[in-house]
Amino acid sequence: MTPNSSTSEAGAGDGGAVLTEAPPPAADETVRPRVSFWEIARTFNEISLSSFGGGLSAWSREMVVARKKWMDDAEFLSAMTVCRILPGANQVNLAVFVGTKLNGLRGAGAALAGLIAMPTVLLMAIAALYAAFQHSHAVQHVLAGFAAAAVAMTLQMVWKTGRTTLTSIMPVLLFATTFVLNGILRWPLWWTLAVTAPVGIAWAWRRAHKKAAAQAAGSAS
Amino acid sequence: MTLVLALQLCSVFGITSLMAFGGGNAVIPQFEQQTVSVYHWLTPQQFTDSFAIAQAAPGPSTLIVSLLGYRAGGIWGALIATAAMVIPTGLIVYGLAKVWDKGHGEKPVRHAFQDGLAPITVGLILAGGVVVARHAESNWVQLAMTLIATVVLCSTKINPLIVAITCGFMGYVLAA
Repeated sequence: MTPNSSTSEAGAGDGGAVLTEAPPPAADETVRPRVSFWEIARTFNEISLSSFGGGLSAWSREMVVARKKWMDDAEFLSAMTVCRILPGANQVNLAVFVGTKLNGLRGAGAALAGLIAMPTVLLMAIAALYAAFQHSHAVQHVLAGFAAAAVAMTLQMVWKTGRTTLTSIMPVLLFATTFVLNGILRWPLWWTLAVTAPVGIAWAWRRAHKKAAAQAAGSAS
Repeated sequence: MTLVLALQLCSVFGITSLMAFGGGNAVIPQFEQQTVSVYHWLTPQQFTDSFAIAQAAPGPSTLIVSLLGYRAGGIWGALIATAAMVIPTGLIVYGLAKVWDKGHGEKPVRHAFQDGLAPITVGLILAGGVVVARHAESNWVQLAMTLIATVVLCSTKINPLIVAITCGFMGYVLAA
């Protein structure tokens, strides 16, 4: 009997030994999680199909941050604003951004396909039905109900993300200023961000440096 | 589907998508002008209907381009218009996300961007919700439904889909 076969026997017999051998490659993967093409496509398809009447960004957060935990709130929210600044449809951009982060070009393609393939087909069907039922009051009222739910989802997203990000006076001021400029005074996105973004980034930058300085001082003493 | 039509679709939707700063809805007037007044692919009424359908249907409302493309050139028109709308801007986002992700870990610049932009985004989301709520034909039934649904969503872990379906159903029942 060779030493080789005896070790393999011991490995097969002792479950613990097999388990302790497995982790190294797995641990390597957790450093940079790669989510499969189908997982990404399926998730974005679910996000997309759930969002009738609106609420797409709230659904995106619900799936990407709350359920799948692919991103945290700060990363997701900043990605949202970056995607708003870039040209193109915000939700499409956001899907590409999240997909790229999860699995490069394949991930971007998966997110994009998941987000738009089924809705495009559905849209054709709905357009045909709408032509027949557009004057029906029932359809109008059901749509109004969906709209109410979509606004509620948006407000819930403000509540949920607000609790994790509005943790001191400066973020609250940034939030309130942005809302008043864009939502009440109806300033365009670019003007609003031109006022608030530099302040926000400068504040976070200073805070990060203070924290780093405090840590350095703490470890030195 | 002629080559000329395919090129027209590519130019109308491809070029317009690159001008869509501030989201897909920002270029709705541009689409209207191009597809109705310039190329006559739709009547003004068909355009308005397409907008309403794309808003209510599942998926990004920017998929109105599929409907506009469909009116212009059938299924192929829809596919070309949709591809022209999402692929050029998608590539830009892909490139930026790559650069963004290079700063993986504890890069201070990336963190300053994230932490600084997050509260601003929350403000923009609230602004979006309020603007949409104002647009909707608001009556007390809808306002009450919105408030109740918000409280339910914030205080429970209920699947939002159930809330949406309930609201749709209530909209039908209460108006009847």
